Amino acid sequence: MITMNGKKMQFSNISTDINLDNLENQDSLDVIVNMGPQHPSTHGVFRLVLWIDGEIITKAEPHIGYLHRGSEKLCESELYSQVISLFDRIDYLANLNMELGFCAAVEKLMEIDIPDRAWYIRTILCELNRIASHLLFYGVFGLDAGAMTPVLYGFRDREKIQSVFESVTGARMMHNFIRIGGLKEDVGNDFKKDVTKLLSTLKTSIDECDELLSGNEVFLARTKGIGTIERQTALDYGLSGPTLRGSGIPEDIRISDPYGIYDRFDFKIPVGTVGDSWDRYYVRVEEMRQSISIIEQALAQMDEGPILGNVRRLIKPPKGEVYTRTETPRGDFGVFLVSDGSDKPYRVKVRAPSFSNLLALTKMLENSYVADSVVILGSLDIVMGEVDR
Amino acid sequence: MIKLIKGLIITLSTALRSPVTGEYPMPEKRIPVKNKFMGFPALTYDFEIDEPFCTGCMVCIRNCPTSCMSANMKDNEKFTENKSSRKKIIDTFEINLGRCILCGICVDVCNFDAIEMSHEHERSKFERNANRVNLPELIKMGVKYQQKINWSPKQEKNRGTPKKPKTSNENNGNLT
Ligand code: SF4
Ligand code: SF4
Repeated sequence: MITMNGKKMQFSNISTDINLDNLENQDSLDVIVNMGPQHPSTHGVFRLVLWIDGEIITKAEPHIGYLHRGSEKLCESELYSQVISLFDRIDYLANLNMELGFCAAVEKLMEIDIPDRAWYIRTILCELNRIASHLLFYGVFGLDAGAMTPVLYGFRDREKIQSVFESVTGARMMHNFIRIGGLKEDVGNDFKKDVTKLLSTLKTSIDECDELLSGNEVFLARTKGIGTIERQTALDYGLSGPTLRGSGIPEDIRISDPYGIYDRFDFKIPVGTVGDSWDRYYVRVEEMRQSISIIEQALAQMDEGPILGNVRRLIKPPKGEVYTRTETPRGDFGVFLVSDGSDKPYRVKVRAPSFSNLLALTKMLENSYVADSVVILGSLDIVMGEVDR
Repeated sequence: MIKLIKGLIITLSTALRSPVTGEYPMPEKRIPVKNKFMGFPALTYDFEIDEPFCTGCMVCIRNCPTSCMSANMKDNEKFTENKSSRKKIIDTFEINLGRCILCGICVDVCNFDAIEMSHEHERSKFERNANRVNLPELIKMGVKYQQKINWSPKQEKNRGTPKKPKTSNENNGNLT
C-alpha cells in the first residue's frame, strides 16, 4: 500500500504522513486499525482507532457520537414529568437510577420532602437495578474474555430481577416509575415477599456465578495485570464508580455524600488493589453482595405511609440552578439543572460516568496487546447511550 | 486447574435443572405477562351506557412526550336524552403506536379512567403506517384488556350513570 503512490495515506478520516525517504531508518511502521463502530464487543456503537506496532497498541483514539440522540436538548422542550421518560433511555441498563438522578435534582431545587416509604422503595428498586446491571456486566465481561457460559448465567438472574420490576412498575426496562416527589404508585402487598424470595435466589446464584468465573485460570490470565490504571492516574482522569474503586480508592457517593436515606444503612465499599481488569471485575461482584445487604436492611426498616410528597401535578420549580450527584452502577451521575421558573427545564446537563471512564481507555490501552483491548474495554462497563446521550 | 474443573461441575449440575426459559411463539409455552404490565395504550369502554369512557378532553394528547395521539370530540347525544352523564364524547381518536414509547403518562393524567395500558405488545406489521390505530381498534384492544383483568374504573365518579334531576336529591345524595 505504501509503495503504490503518494506520500499521504488516508484511512477514513485519519491521515498519516509517511515519509518514504526515511523508510529504511525506521524499525517499523504503525498500522492503523479501526475497531467498530459495529464491532460486537464495543457494547453499543463505538469506534476505536488503534495504532498498532506488531501486536502492541501504541496509541488509541476513541470516536464517540454514534448514539447521540440529543437527550439534553430534547429535555428543554419537554415538561418536567415527561423528562423522566427521557432519562430512562440515557443509561438503558440502570433506568431507575437515572430516573432517581433527575428527580433528585428537581426535588433539591424545589425543596420537597419525600416520604420515607417512597425513599425505601426507591432505594430497594435502585439497588436491584444495580445488581441487574452488574449481572449483565458479569455476563458480557466473561464473553469478552472468551467464556461463553457466564452470559447465560448472568442473564438468567437478571431476568428474575426484571420480572420483579415488571410486577412493580409494569415494564421490564423503561419504567417511568419514579416521580418528582415520590413514586408513581404504591407497590403491591406481595412486594416484600417477592423481593425476599428474589434475594435468597440471588444470593446463591451470585455465589454460583462467582465460583464459575472468578477463579478460572484462563480468565485470570486474561484479566490479571491487564489494563492497569494507578490511583493517581485514575483520579486525574476523573474516573468514578467501580472503575475508580478498582484502583483502590474507596469513593462512593452513597457514603461520601449520602443522598436519600443511604446514611441509614450499614454497608462496605469493596475496593481493588492494583486497578487492573480483574480488580474492576471483582469490585462489581462484591458490590452485588453489598447491594443485597442494603436491600435486606431497607426491607426490614420499611414502613407503611404515603408515597408521594406534597407536589402539584404541573411541576414548576422556582428560578435557580442545582447540581446533584447520585451513584449509579457506572459511577458518579451528576445532573445540572437550570430552571427559569417555567414548566420546562431551561437547561439539563448530564455528567455521565461512562463518558469520563471511557476517556481513560486511551491511557489503559497504551502498550497493551491488541487481543486485550476487548477485555479492557469490557472491564470499564460503558453504556454508549450514556456516553453520547 | 482446580477452579476450572469446579466451573465445569457447575455447568454440568445446571444441565440437570429444569429450564428457566419459555418458548416464545407458542402460546402455551411462553411466559405470561404480569398483571401490571404496560403494553400499548387502549381506550376503555363503558358497557353500562354503551359508550367509551373518553370524553375527548385532550389532556393526554397535550401530555404525551412523543405527540403520537390526536382526537376530536363531539356532543353526546345520550347526554341530551339523559342516558349518560358525559356531556361530550370522543368522535375520532388516533394513536400512532409506532411512535408510542409506553411511558404511561397518558394513563396518569387522564381524569376519566378512559385510557389504560393494555397487555397488547405484539404489533409487528408489514406496512409502515399500519400501527396508526383508530377509535374502534383502540376500543377493541381496551375491551380485551378490561375482560382479561376484570377492570372497573378507579374513581366511582367516572361511571357514566346519568345524575338524577335535582328534585330527588335527598335519596341519592352520596351517589356521586
Ligand atoms: S383518554 Fe382521558 S385524557 Fe385522553 S382525551 Fe380521553 S378522557 Fe381526555
Ligand atoms: S404511553 Fe406515553 S408515548 Fe404512548 S401514547 Fe401514552 S403518553 Fe404517548
